[in-house]
This record gives sequence, C-alpha cells and structure tokens, in this order.
Amino acid sequence: KGIYDEALSSFFRNVDTRSGGDGPDIYKGKICSLKARALLIDMEEGVVNEILQGPLRDVFDSKQLITDVSGSGNNWAVGHKLYGSQYRENIVEKLRKTAEHCDCLQCFFIIHSMGGGTGSGLGTFVLNLLEDEFPEVYRFVTSVYPSGEDDVITSPYNSVLAMKELNEHADCVLPIENESLFGIVNKIHQMISSGKLGSTVKQNSLVTSSAGSAKTVQEKPFDAMNNIVANLLLNLTSSARFEGSLNMDLNEISMNLVPFPRLHYLVSSLTPLYTLADVNVPSRRLDQMFSDAFSRDHQLIQADPKHSLYLACALLVRGNVQVSDLRRNIERLKPSLHFVSWNQEGWKTGLCSVPPVGHSHSLLALANNTCVKPTFIELKDRFMKLYKKKAHLHHYLHIDGMEQSCFSEAISSLSDLIEEYNELDATKGGPRTDPSRLKIAV
Amino acid sequence: MSLVTVQLGQCGNQIGHEVFNAICSDVHGTHGLCSKKENESYRDACKERFFCEEESGVPVARAVLVDMEPKVISQTLSMAARSGYWKYNDQSHFCQKQGSGNNWANGYSVHGPRHKEVIMNLVQKEAEKCDRLSGFFTIMSMAGGTGSGLGAFVTQCLRDAFPTSFILNHVIWPYGTGEVIVQNYNSVLTLSHLYQSSDALLVHENDVIHKICAQLMNIKQISFRDVNQVIAHQLGSVFQPTYTAESGLHYSRNPLGDLMETLVPHPEFKMLALRNIPQMPENSLAYSAFSWPGLIKHLRQMLIANAKMEEGIDWQVRPPRLGSSIPSSHLTNKPVHFNTSIANLVILRGKDTHSIDLGSFRDPSLYTSWLNPQDAFHAWKTPRAFNKYEKSASLVSNSHLDNVVGKAWNMFASKAYIHQYTKFGIEEEDFLDSFTALEQVISSYATL
Repeated sequence: KGIYDEALSSFFRNVDTRSGGDGPDIYKGKICSLKARALLIDMEEGVVNEILQGPLRDVFDSKQLITDVSGSGNNWAVGHKLYGSQYRENIVEKLRKTAEHCDCLQCFFIIHSMGGGTGSGLGTFVLNLLEDEFPEVYRFVTSVYPSGEDDVITSPYNSVLAMKELNEHADCVLPIENESLFGIVNKIHQMISSGKLGSTVKQNSLVTSSAGSAKTVQEKPFDAMNNIVANLLLNLTSSARFEGSLNMDLNEISMNLVPFPRLHYLVSSLTPLYTLADVNVPSRRLDQMFSDAFSRDHQLIQADPKHSLYLACALLVRGNVQVSDLRRNIERLKPSLHFVSWNQEGWKTGLCSVPPVGHSHSLLALANNTCVKPTFIELKDRFMKLYKKKAHLHHYLHIDGMEQSCFSEAISSLSDLIEEYNELDATKGGPRTDPSRLKIAV
Repeated sequence: MSLVTVQLGQCGNQIGHEVFNAICSDVHGTHGLCSKKENESYRDACKERFFCEEESGVPVARAVLVDMEPKVISQTLSMAARSGYWKYNDQSHFCQKQGSGNNWANGYSVHGPRHKEVIMNLVQKEAEKCDRLSGFFTIMSMAGGTGSGLGAFVTQCLRDAFPTSFILNHVIWPYGTGEVIVQNYNSVLTLSHLYQSSDALLVHENDVIHKICAQLMNIKQISFRDVNQVIAHQLGSVFQPTYTAESGLHYSRNPLGDLMETLVPHPEFKMLALRNIPQMPENSLAYSAFSWPGLIKHLRQMLIANAKMEEGIDWQVRPPRLGSSIPSSHLTNKPVHFNTSIANLVILRGKDTHSIDLGSFRDPSLYTSWLNPQDAFHAWKTPRAFNKYEKSASLVSNSHLDNVVGKAWNMFASKAYIHQYTKFGIEEEDFLDSFTALEQVISSYATL
C-alpha cells in the first residue's frame, strides 16, 4: 500500500531521497524511503558491514553508524571505559540528531549482549549517557545473558559489571538466554519435520531450510533465534502503534510492572511460537495460547514462573481476542500461580486489534517474577569462581578508570538484588495478615 | 437546558461515543409507542439537551474529547461521523502523544496544569453554545492515568470556572482481577478528589456489566464495545427526557439540577448507583411481555438486597421492621446486611406509566431515619418508550459506597509502586489524605 502512517513512524522516518537524505522528513503520504530510527554501534566492522550489504541496507543511514576496527576483546572495561570516553561526543551528537527527528520521543530500546565487551561495556556506557542526556525518556533494555557453556571465558565478569549498570540506570530489562531461544527454535523444527503441518511449509523459510541437512545440530540458527526477540519487541510496541479496545503503552508497562525501582527485570514469553519467516505454525485454540504463555518452555530465559512468586504480570493480546476471553483465562490460570501478598490480583492487560502478520491472534506475557533469581545466582557463582583466583583480572585493571572497587561494587550490587528477591520469596505461601485500616471517629 | 459531556481518556471516549449513539438511535427509532406530538416533544427536548444544529443538518454532540494519546479520539471522531446520524465538532477535542502511563500523578500533577488552558477553552466554547447550561457530565475510568488523574484535575477546574453549574461524574470501576495493577491506588486518589469538587458520582462496575452481558444479553464473546453499549443504554434511560411532576405539561428542562435535588440532599453523600431493567438481547424483545408491577417488584428487591442485575436476587432479604434496628431474614433469624437509602429515584418509560403503583418504594423502612420518605423518593415518567423496550424502569439510588479501600491499603502498606507516584509529585502524605477522606465517607454510609 505504501502509505507512511503513525504506526510506521514509531520506528522509521520517511525521507525524501532526492535531497540526498538531508531534506526534511515527509510526515504523511506515500513512502519515499524509510530510514530506521536507530544507531548501530560496534567496535568491529564485520557485523555492521554485513547488514549494510544485506536486504536492509537502505534502511540504515551511514550517518547512524559508529564503528571501529579492533573490537573490545570481550573486555567490559575496554568497551565501557576506553571506547566510552573515546566515542562519547560522537555518540551524543548522533543521538541528539536522531532524537530531533522525533515528534515525541517516548522510549529508547537498547539491544545488546551481556557477555562480550562492546555490547556489554559500551552498551552500558550508552545506557548511562541516555539517562544523562534524556532523563525523561524511558530506557528499555533487551539483554542477552550468557549461557553456562559460553565460550567467552570472561563473560561472567562482563555480565556482572554490566548488571550493576542495568540495576541503576535501566527502567526495564528484558533478559534473554540463548538456550531458551534455541529450545524454542528446535521445538518449531520438530513440529514442522514431524509432518503435523502437512505440506504447507514455505520453501524459503529460515528455520526449515536446513531441516534435512546433517549440519542442523551443530549449526546455530541465530537468525531464527533473533527473530523471536524481534517479535518480542514488535508485540511489546503493538498497542502503542495500532488501535485496540484497551491500549497499553510503553510507559504503562514500566508503571505497572516495576513496584520497586530495582526490581525491573521482566521474564517474557510469546505464544504462539514462531519465527517471522515461518508463518505457517497453526494458530492454536485461544485458551491453549494462554496456557502456553505460562509454561516453562515458552519463556525466553531458563526460568519457571509458575513455581516462583509473581510480583506483577502483564498480558498483551493481539488480534481477534475480546475482554471475556482474557477474563476467562485469567480466572482459569490464577489458582495455579503464586502472587505476592500485596498484589494478589496484579494483572495488567492490553487488547490490540491488529494481529501479527500471518496470524489471527497472539499473546505476549511479561512477568516480574522471582524466577529470575537462579539466573542471577548462577551469574554470581561463575563470577566468584574466576574472581577468587583473580583470573584474567589484569586485562581489566590495566584499563584507565578501572579499579578493584569496580568489581567489588558490581558483585555487591548483584548480591543486594538477589537478596531482595530472597526476601520476597520468603513471603511466599506464608500466612496473610492484612494491615489494619485507619479508624475514623464517628 | 443543555448538558456538556466531557469524555476523558480511552474509557471515557469509548463510552461517550456509545452514549451519543444510543441516544440518537433511540430518537430516530420508530418504537416510541406514543403519539406523534409526544414523539416530537421528546425529540426536541433530547436535541436541546445533547446536540446543537450545524448548517449541514447533522446534529453535533455537545461534547469535549480529551485524551493524552491520539488513537482513541481519532477513532471515536471517525466512527461518529460515519454513522451519518450525528457527529462531534471537529474542533472540540484535545490530545497529546504520550499517554499518562496509568499514572494518576502524571495525569493530575503534570498533564492537568500543563494543558488546563487549552482544555478549559474548549469547554468554555461548548458551554457558550448552550442557550442555558444545566451542567457537565464527565465520563472517566478510575483505573488508568488520564481519565482518573487528569479527570480529577479537570473536574476541579470545572468547579472553579462554573461555580453555579452542576457536575455529575460518571466513573467506571475496573474489573476486580485487574486491568491495571495500580488501579486501586488510582481509584482511591480519584474518588477522594472528585468528592471535593463534584456534585454527584454515578458508578458503573465492569464486573457487573460483564455479568449482564453474559447472563442477560447472552453474548458469547464479550467485547468492551458490548460492555460500553449496556452502560450507554443504562445512562440513556436516565438522561433522556422525562416528566418530573405528576401533572407536568412539558418535559423537564433541567436534568442535572433535578437529579441533584432529588438524590443529593446532603454533601456528605454523593455516591449514586444505577439499576435498569429489563435487559435482554434485542431479538428476544418481541417475545417478551412485561408488567409494571413485576418490574417494580424486582427493582425494589434489587435495591434492598443490593443486587446489581435482574438475576440471582436474594429474595430472603427484607427491610427491618420499623422500630427494630437489626434487619432479619424472613426464614432464619440471622441479621442480614440491608441496603438503606438516602434517596431513590425511579424512572419509568413506556406504555401505561400513568397507572403504576409505587407505594412499595415509599416504605419508610427503606430509608434512613433523618429523611421523610416523601422527600427521599421521587418518580419520573414518560409514555415514550426507550430504545426498543416497551417498558423500561430505572432506579438511581443514593445508598452505598463499596469498600474500595481495602486492597489499596494493603498495597500501600508495602509501599509498592509509591516511587512511581512520588516521581510526579504525589507523596505518601497525599495518599494518606485520600485514604482518610474515603474512610470518612465509608463510615458515614455505614451508619445509615
């Protein structure tokens, strides 16, 4: 259809290419050239170059890139302290430019991994920067946490150093674990190859293109995995972009799901499962979709929210789903879930009329749940294993601005966070004594 | 006299739209069941109340639409225009881009003061279009941030700018199991603030209307649109023209004033509840016959037993015998909670309204002792049938404030989410003030 509308304008500018991309943006009417409202930052060039040669090359403006050649060597300190100070001005300038193009800037999405050097170090540097330069704009962070068999030896250091920054400067964090994404992709794989879908699979679908090949097991289908995260962000913003009978904006997510400032880690799950390229996974019955959202294999981190404590839960439904469907399923699932005593009915719901492409309905569940605790505890354990032996520490400490205290403060911040979750878990299942109300003299 | 409707937030705008739809479709329907003269009289009174004429001939709703994000208003405006029967004034709306984030403090302390001038200008323009202004009818939900927070602020502004006009706030109580996690905080803050500036609050509960949709209207997949249409029908049954005195020769001109006079004799008691029967799917109407005595009997028992719909009514509850302070059930002798009223208003629309016996509503045992039943009970009527119902009876009562405070207090004790409010200028002390104010009102109602 080619019309540039409000929904598109949330993520893209419409640029008049005739004036060399420097002209004023076109606000309405036909699409001329879409440019992503984005900054791409990497301290090595390989990945960004691939993007610029791929099908999306026109979407990214070369003026929105910040790259270097040597990378960060999987070292948080190099990313945060070294490149941070080196590129600070450059980043601020480019951020300002991008922000100026926005009519009303509501939110920054930061997408990075925790285990490396650039995403983790420079990424959290940028997070700090955003808070300083744009204090009123929400900061949502999508963080890929390292798995146990991560081949980057220093990933625990990088992750814990980054965690401190997330604790202090992020509004909401959506942790992601590769193991979970991998599991989900496998699940889809199995369903398709078991023939349950008949012969309706697209030939060029990314997930199944290597279905018959022997390489399937060793190959990491990152594109399919990344698609899942992309869909997470799409669903998260769907109600802000499209109309519905009960809109749910990004600032509402932060308001409802963050009862105390530091407890802002949200476990997410998407149903029905799919990767964007493959839209032929059959839509399940509505109620099954709700049940799946709470099952352990649909979570995007290795966690089981059903057996831990909920502080708050949000359900954002897309497509032909009405409030009665929502209510029915909440009533049905509530008894098997544990909610904290002061938030027994802590549900935030949203209804967006427009379903994702190729589907009749979908559901995104966001949970502020103590089931994130094991992930953090594991991170802490792996960190301590290295730290006790002072392994690889010198690589960090010789960077300007890095001191031993950075490490001790970071692990202390993580320990405090874990302790907060412990205290909440301790209240689970205990007797409920409601606080006594105010007495009025009659 | 005319009413200016102020639609606040997503809920307010969605419901407002259905209200004007219901009123318009009622006026254009052919089921008036009365004389042509009567019908014309009704139509003229309705038009004066809710619409003004434009050159194009399409009636323009007397309304101001306010929201902090653009999507709902844009939808509402276009849906109305598409109907062909009525529309909104193209200029009478105000919206922003960001929403209020379900944050009462954001709506009240930030958006309110920031946009006060623009919003009040729009209201002033609508008010000036009225020959005579009866007052304001605001529609909002208590759960979110705009309707609740900005709504409370706007109500205050209305009171300051129009000290002699009436203000009736229509508030929507969210579903118990949550649409918004902080809805109990937002509700407590809204109610306590509205109580200071408003003349009366008319409450509709989503849970109740949902049950009506499910059990009485037989709707399978209930949408918010369905819920809003039932609410609109109930509101229409109160606000469409009626004769207020037995020997009235013309339709009452002052809907809000009359309402306040009959139902709010004392400023401490402002909570109004609405019950409307019968309620059924449109395609069943042709097969159903109603009798006024039956409708009156049901309505009265719904009041006494505090039932919000015409099903599952507890017929065991009886009013206390005069002289005894403890009401007792007819069969057992257990004291049963009985709904004592400050005032009641029955509105009857349709065939044979002149011959109805309303003695049962004048029973003094229904009312608190410090008012005369003559002053506490009123009835309005019209032979003109409403919205395809051959007979329709509504009861607006001032009798009850549900316990809203418990859950909010529970959450407040743990201090959860408070930082989100202090960020925008609402401190713990403000919460305490609101809690105190509401406990006062609850206790007043409890001692009736």
